[in-house]
Amino acid sequence: MDLLQTLKIALRALRTNKMRSFLTMLGIIIGIAAVIAMMAVGAGASHVIAQQIASIGSNIILVVPGSTTSGGLRMGSGGAQTLTSDDVRAIMNECPSVALASGTTRTTSQVVYGNMNWSTLIMGATPELFEIREWPVVSGRSISQQDVDGAAKVCLLGQTVVDNLFGADDPIGKMVRIKKVPFTVVGVLEQKGQSPQGTDQDDAVFVPLRTAQIKLSRSSFPNTVGAVIVQAKSEALLDKSEEEITSLLNQRHRITNGKEPDFSTRNLSEILAVAEQSSKAMSLLLGAVASISLIVGGIGIMNIMLVSVTERTREIGIRMAIGARRNDILLQFMTEAVLLTMIGGIIGILLGAGGAMIVSRILDWPTLISVQSVTVAFFFSAAVGIFFGFYPARKAAGLNPIDALRYE
Amino acid sequence: MSNVITLNGISRVFTMGDQQFEALKGISFGVDAGEFVAIMGASGSGKSTCMNILGCLDRPTSGEYHLDGLDVGGLDPNQLAAIRNRKLGFVFQGFNLLARTPAVENVELPLVYSGIHAKERRKRALAALEQVGLAGKEGNHTSQLSGGQQQRVAIARALINNPALILADEPTGNLDSSTSEEIMKLFTSLNQQGITIIMVTHETDVAAFAGRRITFRDGRIISDSLTGPTSPAGRPV
Repeated sequence: MDLLQTLKIALRALRTNKMRSFLTMLGIIIGIAAVIAMMAVGAGASHVIAQQIASIGSNIILVVPGSTTSGGLRMGSGGAQTLTSDDVRAIMNECPSVALASGTTRTTSQVVYGNMNWSTLIMGATPELFEIREWPVVSGRSISQQDVDGAAKVCLLGQTVVDNLFGADDPIGKMVRIKKVPFTVVGVLEQKGQSPQGTDQDDAVFVPLRTAQIKLSRSSFPNTVGAVIVQAKSEALLDKSEEEITSLLNQRHRITNGKEPDFSTRNLSEILAVAEQSSKAMSLLLGAVASISLIVGGIGIMNIMLVSVTERTREIGIRMAIGARRNDILLQFMTEAVLLTMIGGIIGILLGAGGAMIVSRILDWPTLISVQSVTVAFFFSAAVGIFFGFYPARKAAGLNPIDALRYE
Repeated sequence: MSNVITLNGISRVFTMGDQQFEALKGISFGVDAGEFVAIMGASGSGKSTCMNILGCLDRPTSGEYHLDGLDVGGLDPNQLAAIRNRKLGFVFQGFNLLARTPAVENVELPLVYSGIHAKERRKRALAALEQVGLAGKEGNHTSQLSGGQQQRVAIARALINNPALILADEPTGNLDSSTSEEIMKLFTSLNQQGITIIMVTHETDVAAFAGRRITFRDGRIISDSLTGPTSPAGRPV
């Protein structure tokens, strides 16, 4: 028996019981729609995380000072003031795998403009930082090397700071005061949104590193930097860069074997890996929940197919009497089951995709429908049909034609 | 003279639990090409069991069955299905047509399982419907046809593969007497065209259309006689 004929017979059988066929399909429709929608939402979440991670900049290594011990109290990582602007320069010049490096300082302070004030992160930085983090200004200009060298009292504002201090006013050229030092606003940075850790990256003011070291720090070593942000030349060179930096700093800081280093390096791609892992786990979980509904749908199909076999015992007998082989009967009922699940699958894919689009429209949450998830869902629905259709079909094929013909 | 079927010492024993029931007790007879045979007998006489074996739906416990020169005894279920498909045509008491299916597709069905392509199927099905006097009814669904018409569709279906033998099991059992007569006339005319027919019935007036009458009782043949002029030389083995 040819496949086309088998399909025709199966379609007719499904058409004769439209309502039943639809209700049977519903389980698969809901299951597949759930899988598609959830995978789309999950992929959207991964995309958001990937974007956030990209917002820190790519191929980044963080070098922070080690801990100090002061009167028996260990100050924790970053507590020491062991990294200097000279170290930063050395990293830039002597590590071949390093593309860019920027020394930074961080402090939190009140920023005052007119009668408004706002507590925010004050970061000392060099022009390289904005290159590494791919963070341009939307108005005005960025911090230049001259600003750094001359310890100019200029600053860049993040969008959140602008919103809180200036409202609708144009901040460029205005004067703000940080720790009683007046700074001229020279630029406003592009909005960056949340960091992977969930902090608002736009809630910050950037000043030239040298200015921060001299005017805003009360340190007795004004040359120190709080952290060095390094960009490797490529992702493949991340590990190599880390090694180069470590050995360079070991040498510069005279750290010999057995001595604890006074700095540590952190590879930000690790954060990325963790974040990706968690979003994958989330997708997997969503997928598992959706799969359960698919299994339930499959059981519904099996149930109805069993009923259908019983109902159509006589038809099976007729077909056998006029020459259908057991395989023909098996194939016929399998085709019916697979057709049910595949049609259900297609409807489910459309519904799931539609649902995902509505979610992204209403909740403003990005969703991604991948070709892969659609393909997987489609073949999975067919597989459900094969799996749950086999037992009823085998039951039909195993009928004795004499009994089947006599069945009332 | 070639025998269409030859039964030699056919017996059929049903086992139910530890009870054994011998439905056929060593039946032997032959049917020649072109014969019209009526098999008669009360319920439980073994005639239905005999029909099932003749129709390759059941296999004898012992004995030999040759159909159209082929020893059917040694065939597997798939081969039996092919025999039913190509060499046999069935006509049942309850018509056994597919519901909600047009007449022409019911007639085509055996060809579907013999792998004949759609165009050829349609051509032959229409010809078969014409042969049984149902030209123009090919699009009608089973439920739109009268009992007599349904049986004609079933006969057309039985004829479509040019079988060696048509097996009719109480073909008039569900029909009124005038329709019965029409159907029996159709069988007679098909027989006159050279088609071999074996028919199970318990009505004597229906059996009277056949040229030879075999009567069963308690799993044995108790009589086998030529009855009418329609039969060519039929003879017991």
